[in-house]
Amino acid sequence: MAQLDVQSKLAILADAAKYDASCASSGSVKRSSRDSKGVGSTDGGMGICHAYAPDGRCISLLKILLTNSCIFDCHYCINRKSSNVRRARFTAQEVVHLTLSFYKRNYIEGLFLSSGIIGSSNYTMEQMVEVARSLREDHDFRGYIHLKTIPDADPALVEQAGLYADRLSINVELPTVSGLKRLAPEKSAVRIEDAMKETKTSIIDATDARKKFKSAPRFAPAGQSTQMIVGADAATDGDIVLRASTLYDSFDLRRVYYSAFSPIPDASTVLPLQRPPLMREHRLYQSDWLMRFYGYTSKEVVAAADETTGMLPLDIDPKLAWALKHREIFPVDVNRAPRERLLRVPGLGVKAVTSILAARRWRRLHLADVARLTVSITKLRPFLIAEDWRPVALSDKAELRPVVAPKVKQLELFA
Amino acid sequence: MHRVKLAEPDDFNGWREAARGLAVGGVAPADVTWQVGEAAVDLFGEDLPVPQSDAPAFSVSRAFVDLARKAVLHSDPERFALLYTLLVRLRDRPGAVDDKADPLVRKLEGFAREVRKDIHKMRAFLRFREIEEDGQGRYVAWFEPEHHILRYNAGFFLDRFASMHWSILTPDLSIHWDGETLAEGPGAAKGDAPAGDPIEEVWKTYYASIFNPARVKIGAMLKEMPKKYWKNMPETALVPGLIASAQARESGMIARARDEVGGNSAIAWDALRDEASACTRCPLHANATQTVFGEGPVDAPLMFVGEQPGDQEDLAGRPFVGPAGQLFDRALAAAGVDRTRTYVTNAVKHFKFEQRGKRRIHSKPGAGEIDACRWWVEQERLLIKPQVTVALGATAARSLLGRVVTIGKERGRAIALADGGTCWITVHPSYLLRLPDPAAAEVEFGRFVEDLRVAGAGVAGFEN
Repeated sequence: MAQLDVQSKLAILADAAKYDASCASSGSVKRSSRDSKGVGSTDGGMGICHAYAPDGRCISLLKILLTNSCIFDCHYCINRKSSNVRRARFTAQEVVHLTLSFYKRNYIEGLFLSSGIIGSSNYTMEQMVEVARSLREDHDFRGYIHLKTIPDADPALVEQAGLYADRLSINVELPTVSGLKRLAPEKSAVRIEDAMKETKTSIIDATDARKKFKSAPRFAPAGQSTQMIVGADAATDGDIVLRASTLYDSFDLRRVYYSAFSPIPDASTVLPLQRPPLMREHRLYQSDWLMRFYGYTSKEVVAAADETTGMLPLDIDPKLAWALKHREIFPVDVNRAPRERLLRVPGLGVKAVTSILAARRWRRLHLADVARLTVSITKLRPFLIAEDWRPVALSDKAELRPVVAPKVKQLELFA
Repeated sequence: MHRVKLAEPDDFNGWREAARGLAVGGVAPADVTWQVGEAAVDLFGEDLPVPQSDAPAFSVSRAFVDLARKAVLHSDPERFALLYTLLVRLRDRPGAVDDKADPLVRKLEGFAREVRKDIHKMRAFLRFREIEEDGQGRYVAWFEPEHHILRYNAGFFLDRFASMHWSILTPDLSIHWDGETLAEGPGAAKGDAPAGDPIEEVWKTYYASIFNPARVKIGAMLKEMPKKYWKNMPETALVPGLIASAQARESGMIARARDEVGGNSAIAWDALRDEASACTRCPLHANATQTVFGEGPVDAPLMFVGEQPGDQEDLAGRPFVGPAGQLFDRALAAAGVDRTRTYVTNAVKHFKFEQRGKRRIHSKPGAGEIDACRWWVEQERLLIKPQVTVALGATAARSLLGRVVTIGKERGRAIALADGGTCWITVHPSYLLRLPDPAAAEVEFGRFVEDLRVAGAGVAGFEN
C-alpha cells in the first residue's frame, strides 16, 4: 500500500470515528496555561462546541481513530475485519501534531482518541496511551483528552490512561446481551462491564487519595461514559431506559450516549439498512434528561412508554406522555407547589422552575408572569394553576392531547 | 439633567462609580443621561452636579453585580439607564433582583443572557490564522462580536494561549498578546487579518469526514451555529455541498448493500432467529411456548405474512403447520406456486390465546402487539428482500402497511411498499375454514387461489 499523507489518513480515520456520538469536553477540572508553559485550558464546567456539522452534532474534539484496522468483526462497525473500507494508521506523533495545530487555531477543545484493535489489546492500548503521554508530558498540553479504553487491555495500562485523560469510556455497544451476541460475537458483555467497574474503582480511589493528599494524581476527572446503538437490535425503549439507568447506577457514569444506527458503507447483511431512527434517539436523550435533571426514576420514564410495545411516543416528548398518563397530579399550583412538582409540568424546564421559585417570594404569580419565564404558555396552561388561572376541562386525554401535542409538520426534505 | 460620561462602552467600573453616587444622592432615573465618550452637543441644557448627600451608602446583592457586569457589555444604548433604574429600586427593596417575573429584571436578564451567549460563541467560533513574524509564529483572528465583549473575553484566550503570540481584531477594538503584555489597539477591518492558513485545508478535511450523511439535521446545526457566524469560519464553506450530496451518499450506501447481497445472509438469518427466540418486546412471550419465526429460503422472491402462530404452530415452533397451514398448502398447489421457493412468516410471532379448560382458544393480537412485532417482520424483509409480499388477513396487512386495512376494499391490487417491492392483500386461510356454508367456502377458496396465482405471477422468473 502506498504511503498516505496525514490529510488522507485524517479523512479515513475521522470518517471511521464518526459513529461515536460523544464529543463532550465538559465536566473536567479547571486548568490554564497562564504560566506560559505548554498550551491549553479547560473551564472545569461547560465545554465548548467549536463547530457543528450538518448532522447537527457538535464538533468539540478532534475525534479520530489511531487506526481503523481491526481484528474484530462486529457487524455494525464500519471498521470490522470483513469490511472493504480503506485502512490507515496514524503514528502517535502525527496525532500529537494534528491535535496541537488544530488546538492553537482554536478549532478544538482537545482530542478524543479511539482505535481499532491491532496486534493485541495491550499493544493497541499502549499506542493510545503514548499519544496522551506525549501530549501531556512532551508538550505540556492542558486541553481535554478523552480516551476510549479497550476492555481486554491490562488494567495497568488503563490506570496510566486515566492519569493523562480527562475522560475514559468503553462502549457497551448494544442495549441487550442477545443483541451483542448477534452483532458483536467476539465482544463480551461481562468483560465490558468488568472494565467499567475497574475504571469506577480507580476514579473513586483517586478521589479518596486526593482528600488525604493534595498532591495525589487525578484519575479521569471528567469521569467515564458509554454509548449504545439504538435500532440495530430488538431492544425496546423501555429496555434501553432500564439498561441506561442500571449503567448509571452501577458504574457512576457521567453520560450514556445513544446512537441511532445509521447505514454504513459496505454494510453487513445482518443489519437493518434503514434511515437511522433519529426521533427515537432524540426521545431517548429526553428520557435520559428526565432521569438526570428532573428527578424521574427509570420506572417512571418507562411508564411513559406504551405498555404493550414498550416504545416511547414519537409525536410527543416523554415528559408530556408521562403527564398525560398521570392526570391526577395536575394541575400544579405555581404559587404553592414544591420544586419536584413543578419539574413535572410539561414545558417547564429546570431554569424556569428556579425562576418561578425565586419570583414567587416577591409576588403572587399570574399567568402573564409565568409566560415571561417560559417559552410557550399555551401548552403549559392546562397543567397549571396561577393566581388568575385555573384550567377547566382537564378531564380526558382525548381532549387534551391535541391541545398540547406539537402540530404535525411536513417533514423536512433531509429530516 | 445629570450627564454621565463613560470612558468605554464596556466601562462597568465607571458606571458603578457614577451610579452609586447618583443613587445615594436620590437622583431619579429619569434625570440621568448616560453616554460613552464625548458627545458633540448637549441638547438638554446644562449639566447638574451630583448632589451631595448624607444618606448612608447601601449595598447590593452579588446577584445584581453579576447581572450588571454582563448587561453593561450589551450593545443596547439603554443598558446603563435600565441598570440604574433597577439599582434605585434595590435601595428600597434589596431583593428585587430575584423577582424574575418583573419586566425590568427580565429585560436585563435577557441582556445578560445574550451577552453570555456572545461570549461563549466567540470562544467557540473564533479562528486563528498563523503568520510568520520575527522568525516566530503569530496567531491572528478576525471576529465580529455583537456586543462589547472583547476585553472581557481576553482572559479566556490568555488562559489558553499564553505561550503563543496572538492578536484578535474586531471592528471596534483589537488586542495583542506578545507573551508578556496585553496591548490594545484601534478597531480593524477584515482585510487586516491574514487571508488564510494552510492548516485550514486539513481542518476542512476533518469537518467533511466527521459528518455523517445518513443523519442530516440542518435545523439542529443552525440552532447552535447560526449563519451570521459562518462568514468567519473556514469550514462552513463546505456545508452546502455536504448537504447536497448527503442524500445521494446515504441512498447509495443502502442501494449498494441491497444489490450486493453478501454471502452471509443465511448466517444473518440464523442470528436473527436466535435473537428472536428470546424476544420479550411484548407480553405475549410469557404464556406462549416459543417464538415461531419465519421459514423458507433467504433468497425467496415471494413472501407470505400470516397473522400469528396457532396452537399447533406454537407447539411445533414452525409456521403454517396447523389446519389453516394445510389449507394454505392446498391453495398454493392449486395456484401453481412452489412452496419451497417462498418464505412464510407471521405478523406476530407468539401465540396469543385464552385458556378455556384444557383448550387454548386463539385470540386476535392487538395493535400494540402487532407494532411490537413489526420489528421482526421488517428485519426478515430486509434480509429476504422479496419482490412480492402477500399479506394474509388484516393483521398481516396492518403490520406491512402500518395502517388499518379493510381487506374487501384493497384486495386484488398491487400496493407499492416503502422499502421496495410490492404487496398484495388477501384473506387469511383460517377465514375459509370458518365459513359454515360449503358452497360459499368453495367460491371463497377459488378467489383465494386466484389471489395467490396473481401474486405469484407478479414475481419475475417465477414460472410454474
